[in-house]
Amino acid sequence: MNCIIVDDEAAARMIVEQLCSKVPELDVIDSFSNAMDAIKFLNQNTVDVVFLDIHMPGFSGIDFVQTLKNPPRIVLTTSDTNFAIEAYEYEPIVDYLVKPITQERFEKSIVKIKSALSKKTVTDQVSTKTASNAEEDIYINIDRRLIKLKLDDILIIEAKGDYIDVKTEKKTYRVHNTLKSIKDKLPENIFLQIHRSFIINFTKIIDIEDNSVLIEKSVIPISRSNRPELMRRLNLL
Amino acid sequence: MEQQPNLNYIHDLSGDDKEFEKKFINVLKEEIPLEKQEYLNVIANKDHLASASIVHKLKHKLNILSLTDDYKLAVTFEENLKNKDFSLNDKFLIILNKIELYIKNL
Repeated sequence: MNCIIVDDEAAARMIVEQLCSKVPELDVIDSFSNAMDAIKFLNQNTVDVVFLDIHMPGFSGIDFVQTLKNPPRIVLTTSDTNFAIEAYEYEPIVDYLVKPITQERFEKSIVKIKSALSKKTVTDQVSTKTASNAEEDIYINIDRRLIKLKLDDILIIEAKGDYIDVKTEKKTYRVHNTLKSIKDKLPENIFLQIHRSFIINFTKIIDIEDNSVLIEKSVIPISRSNRPELMRRLNLL
Repeated sequence: MEQQPNLNYIHDLSGDDKEFEKKFINVLKEEIPLEKQEYLNVIANKDHLASASIVHKLKHKLNILSLTDDYKLAVTFEENLKNKDFSLNDKFLIILNKIELYIKNL
């Protein structure tokens, strides 16, 4: 099992690192003092467990869990006890450790993590099969030819006057159409308009800065009016 | 009788790993004065939410140093601050001075 540690206090990170060092099958691959750096890391790396401080400046542990696309198993660490009931409403959260954490309590948490990970493996196998069956395509009309694109391959759709550019990982297709027209045909759970000229596949987001998102190598602006919806939708993931 | 800080938790955690203990104490020596100063700043500005946030952070240090009674006061103070009640400031400051002195002399 591998894990990361997220806590704004250096002392707290050291404590969890020390506790982890006593568990031979657990590798700490990184530690983060702020939530955003950890989210960026998790969007590009796979980890089994996150030991997460629930109370960090500007970003609660619950916000963190809701922001992740495919959250790993989460163990919350905190000096409080009054978040516990709310915390267990979120499926990725497997345990809740009250500071100061003892080795004995930490080892009980490891047992819970192992149990949760074994259940997750079974669930993932079922989910993959379901997603595969539900795969959807869209046809675009280019020079009187209908070209089939897998929705999952589409990264960005950009308005270009009377045309739209449909960008996939391999190629960009220019289609005589409007952004509004294609938007109506795209599933809302994957695509979102974040600017008057851009619709994005937000499962492809690598990084979110204040006013832009990074998808593959493209930086896409987020308009002020579309930003709240983007943040709300990310929370649903 | 007033509780005094100790390193029992750190000794238990370290499992006699002296290198870890040394590093950890150095982190406390760095963090506690900084957090105390941050506390003083936000209290001076009467920023009740920022004050609650830093008290939250400091109360973990009280637990680490086995100050269970002082921790309880910090829990109450944190909640009071959220309601703009600063009345436990003096008592909390005495606790901060106590842990700062203790850490400084380690």
